[in-house]
Amino acid sequence: MKKIFLIGLCVMGLGSAFANEAAPLADDPVTEQRLMSISEEMRCLVCQNESLAGSRSELANDLRREIRILIKEGKSDDQIRNFMVERYGDFVLYRPPVKPVTWLLWIGPFVILIIGIAGLLAYLRRRNSSVPNVILTDSDNQKIDALLNSSNQKEG
Amino acid sequence: MKAKFLIPLILFIGLVVFLAIGLNRDPHEVPSPLINKAAPVFEVSQLADANKTFSPVSMKGQVWVLNVWASWCVACREEHPVLVELAKSQVAPVVGLDYKDKREEALAMLARQGNPYVLSVFDGNGRVGIDYGVYGVPETYIIDKVGVIRFKHIGPLTMDLLNQKIYPMLTALKKS
Repeated sequence: MKKIFLIGLCVMGLGSAFANEAAPLADDPVTEQRLMSISEEMRCLVCQNESLAGSRSELANDLRREIRILIKEGKSDDQIRNFMVERYGDFVLYRPPVKPVTWLLWIGPFVILIIGIAGLLAYLRRRNSSVPNVILTDSDNQKIDALLNSSNQKEG
Repeated sequence: MKAKFLIPLILFIGLVVFLAIGLNRDPHEVPSPLINKAAPVFEVSQLADANKTFSPVSMKGQVWVLNVWASWCVACREEHPVLVELAKSQVAPVVGLDYKDKREEALAMLARQGNPYVLSVFDGNGRVGIDYGVYGVPETYIIDKVGVIRFKHIGPLTMDLLNQKIYPMLTALKKS
């Protein structure tokens, strides 16, 4: 088992050795830090389950280059996000903005939760009231005692 | 009382309907935010002649088609005969945007397969493509007389699409 695992590791190592080199970092680590924080929140449109920060596709490379240029031009994070949304739509953002079209998306789960809680409460209340609340009379109590005593005697 | 037992079934059918719709949609077709917005302006060199430039401004007053293609793009080869057909119909001029390509290879492909474009512009570094929100070549845009993008198609054009959507739209836009 251990051997198989080791072989697997070696194969994976080989794979990464042949894969594309990471794109060269900008000279300035501050720019690179901002690039990462912005592009981690964005979807790569070619391979849609990857972030722009992690994707190796050509387009992602080009877009990172564009974002680097925008950062150097002194654009704010919001301006850079707008740049991307203007071209690729809200789909590019991993956090969709709150606006009328996305209200259902943002509020929907809470609405469903509230409906669920309301349903649960209604059900519990109905179940409680369906169990009859009887007040025992003295004669009822005597009967119960008699029954309990008789069963106790049998066991004893 | 009987209806109560149907509630899970109804919920389940609802779920199946939503999933069926979701699964049959192509996740690669992202609605473009550029529809009904002015086509981004650019001025880059032409493919055939690096000394000449082209800008969409020069197309003002006519309805035209912008087709993003590349010699490395397999789906573009598939689409090519449809573009030739579109060019032959002379309904609207087709301008090519040669996206992230090498000039010689692009020109060789046009020489081999025929050239449906009135001209092609050369976008070697993909900068124009970014402004047009290109993420999967081929892509096709219809731009109206005042320079507004009216339609975008991602992926290869087909004859059906040409007949059912593109021709009617071009004719309607030309009349307006």
